[in-house]
Amino acid sequence: MSRLKELFDTGEFVVTGEVAPPRGTDLSGMHASVDLLAPYCHALNVTDNQGASLHLSSLAASRAILDRGIEPIFQQTCRDRNRLALQSDLLAAWSLGLENVLVVTGDDPRAGDHPHAKGVFDLDSTQLATIARGMNQGHDMMGRDLKGATDFYIGAAMFPEAEPWDVQLARIEQKIEAGVRFFQTQAIFDMDKLQRAVDAVRPLGAKVIAGVLVIRSPRVVKFVNEHLAGLMVPDHIAERISAADDPAEEAIALATEQVRDIRSIADGVHVMPLGLDAAVGKILTG
Amino acid sequence: MIITKPRDWARIIQNLESIGARSVFLMGCGQCATVAHTGGEKELVETAGRLTAAGYEVTGWTVGEVTCHLNGTKLDARKHRDEIDGADAVLVLACGAGVQTTADAIAKPVFPGLESLFLGTVVRNGVFEERCQTCGDCVLDMTAGICPVTTCPKGLLNGPCGGMWNGMCEVLTDRECTHVRIQRRLTEQGRGLGGTLAPKDFSTALKPGGVNIRDRVTHRRAGDREGAR
Repeated sequence: MSRLKELFDTGEFVVTGEVAPPRGTDLSGMHASVDLLAPYCHALNVTDNQGASLHLSSLAASRAILDRGIEPIFQQTCRDRNRLALQSDLLAAWSLGLENVLVVTGDDPRAGDHPHAKGVFDLDSTQLATIARGMNQGHDMMGRDLKGATDFYIGAAMFPEAEPWDVQLARIEQKIEAGVRFFQTQAIFDMDKLQRAVDAVRPLGAKVIAGVLVIRSPRVVKFVNEHLAGLMVPDHIAERISAADDPAEEAIALATEQVRDIRSIADGVHVMPLGLDAAVGKILTG
Repeated sequence: MIITKPRDWARIIQNLESIGARSVFLMGCGQCATVAHTGGEKELVETAGRLTAAGYEVTGWTVGEVTCHLNGTKLDARKHRDEIDGADAVLVLACGAGVQTTADAIAKPVFPGLESLFLGTVVRNGVFEERCQTCGDCVLDMTAGICPVTTCPKGLLNGPCGGMWNGMCEVLTDRECTHVRIQRRLTEQGRGLGGTLAPKDFSTALKPGGVNIRDRVTHRRAGDREGAR
């Protein structure tokens, strides 16, 4: 059974981190990241060709992380595979011992390092969640029995700060209906909006892991605003980072404050260190 | 209508040179390509002038009434038999369907003079937008008359995706998110926020398409021998 689910069920405040598989076959960098994050995190989200750019598959990397002793959250995007491949990979994931799956749409290929690629999007994230739930019940999306079912703990993405909220809320309800039991949010800057989202989700029986992004320099602010989908760093935070004598220290202080706030609002926190992996311990314990 | 744009001129010349053509007959189209300002009378005259300036002899030209109509195009070809007989090649300023009927109707090398882009809506004169994929499995009943398959760059049936920001699209940042528009219109019409749409049936879009209402085949795709009769 998913340890992530067990922790949520026992009321534990869950901490997750994020690792990106390498573009290549050398896993040493990823393992170094894992070793830095593991003492502080209950599980690690393993991205799937993040930013629509080529990386080793989340499937293989998730298994490698499991072998290193930490629970992975296998991320699956709808961008690169059709419904046959997605289902096949879900079966593969379960057979490899991966118990958590985070289903997301995926960035458009035009945003990545293979801009001429065909974006597949045969399914969307809600449809994929429905299919994963069906596999938990022992059948594929065509209703045919599986020889051996899955029992995934299914997660999806949520965007508490992206307006219009009524549209976001409808999406959240749709995803929960599809079988989503936990949400990982985009980076949070406005705690009131996080509270609004948590208040909406809790009565529906799902958990919220709030995202924290470590913005270590004005250059990273620019990168986030220009290249990360569905996210804008608010001016007052951008100014705080750019005005600091040591922007990296300031970013760590900011993230630490955010984690403290989130502890009293959400069910967990997801730290995206953007390269400052070594600071994650300080951010989570500060 | 089918939206077209002029084909790269160097490629046209390369095509003509590939068969050593020195004389050309031009075929336009009185329908979409005329409305798109790519294959009407004006564009044929311009192209004839450009070919002449490049040293080619233009033996004649005609704007086919409906160039994608095979029998109509055969008739047009008969009317211009002498001019076509005198040409080494035919250049067609019409969509790909028009190029193919012309190639079926005329036993000469036929080349495309346009690039076919999409099935488009004329937003206003000279402004065209893609609104329909001709997917054969319409969802417009559930999406307030706005096609997410076409107008969402990712073609998501259920959205918005995580890239939407302040109601705007992640990919085409100057456009409103299709899914925000759909939900707003559904709400305005008192139709709720709509349910989850099931995965799409892509088998209805398999190529090549074919419909034959003469033999009481109401809708089938070419090659589908068991089509619904």
